[in-house]
Amino acid sequence: MKIVVCVKQIPDPADPGSLDPDTKTLKRDVKLIIDESDSYGVEMALQLVDAAGGGSVHLVSMVPNREVSGLRTALAMGADSATLISDEALAGSDALTTAKVLARAIERAEPDLVLAATESTDGYTGVVPAQVAELLGLPSVTFAKEVAVSGGTATVRRQTEAGYDLVECPLPALVSVTAGVVEPRYPSFRGIMAAKKKPVDQLGIADLGLEPGQVGWAGGGQEIVDVAAAPARESGEIVTDEGDAHERVVAFLDELKVL
Amino acid sequence: MSDLRVDLDEIKFNLRGVADLDGVAALPGFEHVEADLVDDLLAEAARFAEEVIAPLNRDGDLIGARHGDDGQVVTTPGFAAAYAAYVEAGWGAVTADPDYGGGGFPHLVGAAIEEMITTASMAWSLCPLLTQGAVALLSAFGSGEQKALYLPRLVSGEWTGTMNLTEPEAGSDLGAVTTRAVPRPDGSYRLTGTKIFITYGEHDLAPNIVHMVLARTPGAPPGTKGLSCFIVPKHLPDSDGEPGARNDVRCVSIEHKLGIHASPTCVMSYGDGDGAVGWLIGAENDGMRYMFKMMNLARLSVGLEGVAIAERSYQQALAYARQRRQGRAPGGEPAAIIEHPDVARMLLDMRSTICAMRGLAYRNAEALDRAGREPDPDARRAADERAALLTPLTKAWATDTGCELAGVGLQVHGGMGYVEETGSAQHYRDARIAPIYEGTNGIQAIDLVSRKLAIRDGGAAADLLSDAAATVEALAAADRRAGLDPVRRHLRAAVTATAQATRWLLRASPEARLAGAAPYLEMLAVTTAGAALADGALARGSAADRAVLARFFASNRLARVPGRLAAVTEPGPDLAAATRGVLAG
Ligand SMILES: Cc1cc2nc3c(=O)[nH]c(=O)nc-3n(C[C@H](O)[C@H](O)[C@H](O)COP(=O)(O)OP(=O)(O)OC[C@H]3O[C@@H](n4cnc5c(N)ncnc54)[C@H](O)[C@@H]3O)c2cc1C
Ligand SMILES: Cc1cc2nc3c(=O)[nH]c(=O)nc-3n(C[C@H](O)[C@H](O)[C@H](O)COP(=O)(O)OP(=O)(O)OC[C@H]3O[C@@H](n4cnc5c(N)ncnc54)[C@H](O)[C@@H]3O)c2cc1C
Repeated sequence: MKIVVCVKQIPDPADPGSLDPDTKTLKRDVKLIIDESDSYGVEMALQLVDAAGGGSVHLVSMVPNREVSGLRTALAMGADSATLISDEALAGSDALTTAKVLARAIERAEPDLVLAATESTDGYTGVVPAQVAELLGLPSVTFAKEVAVSGGTATVRRQTEAGYDLVECPLPALVSVTAGVVEPRYPSFRGIMAAKKKPVDQLGIADLGLEPGQVGWAGGGQEIVDVAAAPARESGEIVTDEGDAHERVVAFLDELKVL
Repeated sequence: MSDLRVDLDEIKFNLRGVADLDGVAALPGFEHVEADLVDDLLAEAARFAEEVIAPLNRDGDLIGARHGDDGQVVTTPGFAAAYAAYVEAGWGAVTADPDYGGGGFPHLVGAAIEEMITTASMAWSLCPLLTQGAVALLSAFGSGEQKALYLPRLVSGEWTGTMNLTEPEAGSDLGAVTTRAVPRPDGSYRLTGTKIFITYGEHDLAPNIVHMVLARTPGAPPGTKGLSCFIVPKHLPDSDGEPGARNDVRCVSIEHKLGIHASPTCVMSYGDGDGAVGWLIGAENDGMRYMFKMMNLARLSVGLEGVAIAERSYQQALAYARQRRQGRAPGGEPAAIIEHPDVARMLLDMRSTICAMRGLAYRNAEALDRAGREPDPDARRAADERAALLTPLTKAWATDTGCELAGVGLQVHGGMGYVEETGSAQHYRDARIAPIYEGTNGIQAIDLVSRKLAIRDGGAAADLLSDAAATVEALAAADRRAGLDPVRRHLRAAVTATAQATRWLLRASPEARLAGAAPYLEMLAVTTAGAALADGALARGSAADRAVLARFFASNRLARVPGRLAAVTEPGPDLAAATRGVLAG
């Protein structure tokens, strides 16, 4: 079984990021790391290949600056190979463009299953996986908590507001995985050493049959017109107990419709 | 309590800007030590330390290890799972011999990883540390068969190791060891005796524990010349090498201690029945020589504990000082305490001194690597001497100073530091063992002024000081705008005074030399560490912050070095007379 995992490499969320006032986008000239959301997809892929008794895990990532350290983390966890798409023309790509690029790279790998996270940590539009599925004509199953594969069929427990759906679909398919559903393994010392020797195929957009006008700022279907600071958090309401505090708290929660 | 964040940038800077990792990586046998691979290792080890080990440290203190009536030792909840994760990830194998499953990385890289793990939890880190000691001993002196049987399992961490030296009457003076080892016709030995203070002598982290035991064979000469070294596994390996029959060694009790509560300190009884089965390492009566060989590494590790605990205490103090509001800053506004010059002084003392300690320790590790791998015999010998000289400095100064700085970190917290709740007190208590074990700091000072000063009649020490003098020259040549002139002045004065102390000691009587040993160790260590810090400030691409740290260390600590000269040269006669004088009765 061959599984492709989409791995986004993002600035370390622990370091305070900043916006580029010219492009109104996040500055990404820093060292990038694997988006933690994608570490669940990597772990799940490794477990599925184990369960299937063989196969391979291939990573696909698009970044502005040829960064591979996030991919190396996933390779050190046990993934077998990776494709990195990096091209100056990609700067400013929106979600759909990202999906188009990823879709072409994924297609080349001819996977049985594609895994992505439901949303990234830095962009969190949550649309890329569905777009990739649509572009590749694959069934798309979102919000997966559990995935099992047997005999050309994926069985997925899908998180819903009320509980979960049990979904079956034929392979190949694209499944997006929610955070926390598996425990991503720590890369081992041997894994890190081995990762250095694993193949990372570096591609530009021309290799994928795309032209500069189709991607980046030029190809974008959206424009960021303004960036504004989030409104400051309002100070909370303090309930002083004069014997009726419990009633007032209940009334407050009622108003929020959380009861 | 604040969480640990490993200061990777600082560690990497010290590896390459103070120690010379690139130079070490160019030595034969280190071809695989590529810079980006090392960076990947460091980053993942840091994450492991932060996420898996650091959260256990507090429980380790509060719950500690327990000894059951059945002789079992139960470690703190979470310790075993973290240990299993450590073995799975293979972090114990980084520096070990590739023939036995190791990664063959330099000690310098190992030192950085060790520091991270120790910063996360010193009590936890001691189990892998002792295992590493057993690996070093067996790698150097074990027979082919012993290596094949034990090394793969110890290198992986599947089994753990211990060092069994100390006995009730044999601490600093191991010549008094009485544990007996009697040979049997099958080539094995039977051991009987009691060892005390054995770190992780018993625990529930691994299915087998391999004890390295110092004992005396029948008819052996008295003193340290009659000691032999034995392998005594808790479970005798069966024909498949798996843990088999239980050996006649057990943990009688564990100590209640000031700190490192989670590290079981065991009284071990050998041979309550027919005698514990052991196998001789190397030759009879040669045990002390083997121990000395691996001591360099173990002492460096303990020195790193001083660095690590001070770093943990510093991170916590810094976070507290930013958040605690009290009084007004010099400008008049209500302020976080970090705004007060005296609190800033404490934090800068911690930060600059930790940097200096780390620089010294990493250079010590580099010298060990060079001593093992330099192709040119002269360079190898020089590195060996350098490692021998730096080891007591790192062990003693970095651990004494680690305690001092953990006290400063506590002080930053005010009353809350003295209260256990903040966790600062734990670091203060944990730090305190490091000046005691692996040869007390008093013994380190004696080692320095007797064995180490004797190398080429003071030649090794003179070389170290002339390196520091070269730093003074480089500081003189540096751009004035770098602001390093105070560093030059104080370092020059420190070098001069330490050279004078060295000359005095070389001519002094043995008694006078011992009397001046500890203050001399401090002089040489502060001067050497100050030079390392200054070299860092001079390094290419070094940030302006480095000059600040070097300046602060210079005026705060280097400037005190000349003042210590009198403590080396003057008290001898009074000390000699004290036992029958002021200390009598
Ligand atoms: C508001 C906004 C701000 C943006 N700011 C910037 C910016 O500052 N700088 C900049 O360079 N780009 C920026 N982008 C583009 C953005 O980072 C992505 O390239 C693209 O929009 C994907 O969006 P997302 O991360 O929200 O995807 P989501 O749909 O939230 O991602 C879901 C999953 O799809 C996969 N995936 C998504 N992107 C990639 C990828 N590149 N490689 C591999 N797998 C991937 C991952 O598995 C991911 O978890 C911005 C986009 C938006 C909408
Ligand atoms: C928590 C803990 C863990 C330990 N782990 C281990 C372990 O795993 N394995 C092991 O074998 N041992 C271990 N030890 C033992 C430790 O190494 C000894 O405690 C140490 O070597 C000192 O020996 P001692 O306690 O007998 O003190 P003593 O030797 O009695 O020393 C008492 C004081 O006298 C000084 N002194 C002694 N002799 C001289 C001298 N000749 N000149 C000048 N000063 C001198 C010492 O510096 C010290 O200040 C551990 C101890 C502790 C507390």
